[in-house]
Amino acid sequence: MTGTVPPLATPAARYRMMRLIREFDTLALEWERSGTIPGGVHPCIGQEAVAVGTCAALRPNDRITSTHRGHGHVLAKGADPARLLAELAGRATGLNRGRGGSMHAADLSLGILGANGMVGAGAAIAAGAAWAARRRGQDTVVISFFGDGALNQGVLLESLNLAALHRAPVVFVCENNGYATTLAAAEGIAGSATGRAAAFGIPAVTVDGMDVDAVRTAVAEAVARARAGAGPGFVECLTYRFEGHHTMERRLRLCYRTSEEVDSWRARDPLDRARPGPEEADSIDVEVAGILRRAADWALEQERPDPATAGAYTYAGGPAPRPGVPA
Amino acid sequence: MTWLSYTKALNRALADAMTEDDSVCVLGEDVRAGMAGPTLGLHRRFGGERVLDMPLSEQAFTSFAIGAALSGMRPVVEFQIPSLLFLVFEQIVNQAHKFRLMTGGQASIPVTFLVPGSGSRTGWAGQHSDHPYSLFAHAGVKTAVPATPTDAYGLLRSAIAEDDPVVLFAPAGAMAARDDVVGTPPPVPLGSGRIHRTGTDVTVVAVGHLVAHALSVADELDGELSAEVLDPRTVHPVDWELLRASLRRTGRLVVYDDANRACGFAAEVLAAAGEEAVLLAPPRRVTRPDGAVLPFAPELDAALQPQPGQLRDALRAVMR
Ligand SMILES: Cc1ncc(C[n+]2csc(CCOP(=O)(O)OP(=O)(O)O)c2C)c(N)n1
Repeated sequence: MTGTVPPLATPAARYRMMRLIREFDTLALEWERSGTIPGGVHPCIGQEAVAVGTCAALRPNDRITSTHRGHGHVLAKGADPARLLAELAGRATGLNRGRGGSMHAADLSLGILGANGMVGAGAAIAAGAAWAARRRGQDTVVISFFGDGALNQGVLLESLNLAALHRAPVVFVCENNGYATTLAAAEGIAGSATGRAAAFGIPAVTVDGMDVDAVRTAVAEAVARARAGAGPGFVECLTYRFEGHHTMERRLRLCYRTSEEVDSWRARDPLDRARPGPEEADSIDVEVAGILRRAADWALEQERPDPATAGAYTYAGGPAPRPGVPA
Repeated sequence: MTWLSYTKALNRALADAMTEDDSVCVLGEDVRAGMAGPTLGLHRRFGGERVLDMPLSEQAFTSFAIGAALSGMRPVVEFQIPSLLFLVFEQIVNQAHKFRLMTGGQASIPVTFLVPGSGSRTGWAGQHSDHPYSLFAHAGVKTAVPATPTDAYGLLRSAIAEDDPVVLFAPAGAMAARDDVVGTPPPVPLGSGRIHRTGTDVTVVAVGHLVAHALSVADELDGELSAEVLDPRTVHPVDWELLRASLRRTGRLVVYDDANRACGFAAEVLAAAGEEAVLLAPPRRVTRPDGAVLPFAPELDAALQPQPGQLRDALRAVMR
């Protein structure tokens, strides 16, 4: 249906995608409040430039692993917003047939190897996927997205080592939004993000993650190097999430950042910076609103999965899982 | 006819799978030198692109294999000691096993996790003596525990060919075993058990190296009672049909399982039998104790492992 996502080659296209991600997550917040989305979501509002800048540096065959805060990555890599919304609403025709929800959104046909609910877990998967693709003669690169909190996961550091040793064509994109849930990065990270990559001999840069072009340029450089066989790269994007860590946060009324801090980052909204001339921007905004409205209508019409199929897809060729009660 | 050792069987299975299918690769610690046995000589034959020595980064290389599977490979990951499985439970269970369902069936993860020398290797103490196959069965990961070299070959071949993740435990206690074989043993389908010895009074379900013990005990008690020895070969999936049929013949059950008692594989077999079969006597299980941690001194280590004498007692008890 609405799924034809324009490529991200032009400034207008990048703005359009950032606007789509912004409106998508705004709608997801509404749907969470109204109960349409079970569980909850981790909105990426404020971080759109990282997702879009990174994916704008990729070819269609390149792949990504994503995080618990993955809507932006998944959309920027080309996922159909309607099917992603259907997934969030737990529908049978959702991206993952209603089996994954927000934290596991995947579309393998588009190179989206999955959002991941375990912090840092995607890095090693990305490294292995990149290594194996290269071994099989493919000219592709894999992006591993992760947050600043993930920098403290041992498996992520192990992955930097493996990727460097095997010159895997993987680019590690750290979305440093300043917080791991409520813990400030300064209180959780000794040394620096780039210092960690440098320790493994991986070229690392820090860029303004509110600037889609800065992100795109840095990632494109790392991707080109990786594609040419020079091994992994690391890009730290300084960004911010305007909303809470998770939708639960509103109800909990957690207090770990000042309104001044939030406001100062909101004043640097990446969409404002990427916005083309007012006329063009307005027409894009209208277009995106239309895309999203149609996507939402479509998603809400979708059937819910049949409970009798709850165990489906557990195994490739069987066995069917034994039921929890005697048949 | 030639003698095939258990370790050689694993080694041949890997070599044959790698010869037949270019996407099969092996990775783990010291696999180039073949330190654990199963990978011996593979590096010389297949090269460093297919036999990868990994640094001591179990969590990363486990998921690295998952990623490689997403790029069309069929990796076999070798772990040096069974306790490493606790370290990579996240990767095997939370990532590999769950991937297919969570993505709505978009991709499978055909990775084999090979654990040579699982269970007690006398004198290796608390952190090297676990036999955690029940944990994987509980989580729903396909789990094989071959008892003989022939089955080790056949199950490893099937595990590698399987489109789902499979953990294969090669018990330390079985690795000295040798089989008479003619030619290449056939693949053993996961979920197919094997009756090693037929009997009419009681079914002994024995796992891994305990199959050999169970056979000796059954022989020893022959005349006093007739024991059927059933090796499930895979603890997930389980060949329930074979067990049901056996219990229809014998009506009595003893499970002999080198795993901890509570929530262990033996508990599952007893429960399933209780639900589905009519038994002539309450079933018994012979296992490690609840929460067992194997102590260092050999007599203490042995004291916590299920023993043939305990099996003998259990068999006599169900016959009373
Ligand atoms: C391994 C692991 N530990 C803890 C959690 C719970 N958790 C989910 S998100 C999160 C914070 C992650 O922070 P960061 O990596 O900075 O990403 P961000 O949320 O800022 O996008 C935590 C602690 C988890 N999902 N996985």
